[in-house]
Amino acid sequence: MTVARFWRAIPQRYNMVGTKCETCGAVFFPPRSVCPHCRRDGKIVEYQCSGKGKVMTFSVVHSASDQYSEMKPYVLAIIELEEGARMTTHVICEPEEVYIGMPVKSVFRVLDREGSDGIIHYGTKFVPDVA
Amino acid sequence: MREVAVIGAGITAFGELWDTSFRDMCAEAGVKALEDANVVGEQIDAMFVGSMSAGRFIGQEHVGALVADYVGLGGDLHVPATRVEAACASGGLAFRQAVAAVASGMSDIVVAAGVEKMTDVADATDVLAGAADREWESFAGATFPGLYAMIACDYMNKYGLTREQLAQVAVKNHYHGARNPYAQFRSEITQSTVLKSTLVASPLRLFDCSPVSDGAAAVIVCPLERAKEFTDTPIKVLASAQAGDTIALHDRPDFSTMGATVAAGNSAFKQAKLERKAVNFVEVHDCFTIAELCAIEDLGFVQKGTAGKFTEEGQTQIGGKLPVNTSGGLKSCGHPVGATGIKQVWEAVQQLRGEAGKRQVDGAEIGMTQNVGGTGATVVSHIFGRV
Ligand SMILES: [Zn+2]
Repeated sequence: MTVARFWRAIPQRYNMVGTKCETCGAVFFPPRSVCPHCRRDGKIVEYQCSGKGKVMTFSVVHSASDQYSEMKPYVLAIIELEEGARMTTHVICEPEEVYIGMPVKSVFRVLDREGSDGIIHYGTKFVPDVA
Repeated sequence: MREVAVIGAGITAFGELWDTSFRDMCAEAGVKALEDANVVGEQIDAMFVGSMSAGRFIGQEHVGALVADYVGLGGDLHVPATRVEAACASGGLAFRQAVAAVASGMSDIVVAAGVEKMTDVADATDVLAGAADREWESFAGATFPGLYAMIACDYMNKYGLTREQLAQVAVKNHYHGARNPYAQFRSEITQSTVLKSTLVASPLRLFDCSPVSDGAAAVIVCPLERAKEFTDTPIKVLASAQAGDTIALHDRPDFSTMGATVAAGNSAFKQAKLERKAVNFVEVHDCFTIAELCAIEDLGFVQKGTAGKFTEEGQTQIGGKLPVNTSGGLKSCGHPVGATGIKQVWEAVQQLRGEAGKRQVDGAEIGMTQNVGGTGATVVSHIFGRV
């Protein structure tokens, strides 16, 4: 992950700003600049996601790439946001706690560190949304 | 378009080939294929080399030129050589480019090769994660086992697939691989081997995963009308199909259906004008055990949700209704990513010629291959038949 690519993605990663196609109503997070359904007929605008969603599927990862090895085991999941968009993310909870359909909400967290004095990457993770 | 035939095939052993370099693996597989086809360098019109990530695995790009040069097709003969990349479908796609070059009339005799040197590299997990969406999947900690594990989790939840049925895919593929002299793992295993192995990404364990491997494979294609000049047993390419899908798994409407496999399979059967039941064996992309179950369902051989039971009944083993991955598959034969798609073609050729030895499917007339890039963003599928 280069610095340039990391900083470019900040607004989306920090604030869950996605996009919406005003033609068909679909919300995209991660954001898209072209609507995959309407293509050139789509009208894309910024859209603030609520950060609330539910677990569609998950895995507890025990063997990770070097970058994430400190965090293992971690819960990897596909979340469907209440706006309908889906994303791949971490859920911060006990591995035995997660289940399909679990309500979750976004939180701002450290994603990883490039060594002890390298860049710290921040971004969105999810936690159980207990009412 | 002209009809196309495979007239030669060669392969290296798959495994941890510490003492063989990237270029030597290509040379070994290529020379075997040329000898098999009775073709000399001067007759070759073009070459396509499938390689997923030589740049990151061994720091070498421009591998089309490298390989052509090293086998003597570069400097003196100036054979055009093109590297093809579509993650783990690189080999299958290189084969498809070779078929297209011959079918179009642009070239006559074409080499399709696939190669990867993956052992003895820094962080293979991270290199492979480059086949997913780096910014929105890999960055979130998604590994390939993790992504396929999420497919397995979804599938088990929807269809009641048992952990034991899933293990049976690996048991069966090791049974086949034990009969393939080129396979990385040539030992049979039991269900408990799989179920007791280390958890990699729940519910997938080590023995649900294909290994990191080195290896290369090569095949030679030419117009069908010329095939008998070179061999008595040409194998006809009945269909060549490719389909795409979203790069990220999270954008699929159904995580446990690969839309690109469905599309490529439908296209292939339409081109070949064949029914599913005409197929005698199939080589599918079992990078993880769950992938094999999805593949035979998405290709239309069995109904969605029933592949686990079909496997448990032994129907995918040699002697069953539809032998799947007679080579041992990616699981037991090994998965040098760029080479896998060509390995599948090589196996189809062995089976259709009746030269597969202890793993021969009796009376094999029609075979199919399915090669997947990423979690299904690229799928390449071919159907082959005896002439
Ligand atoms: Zn739209």
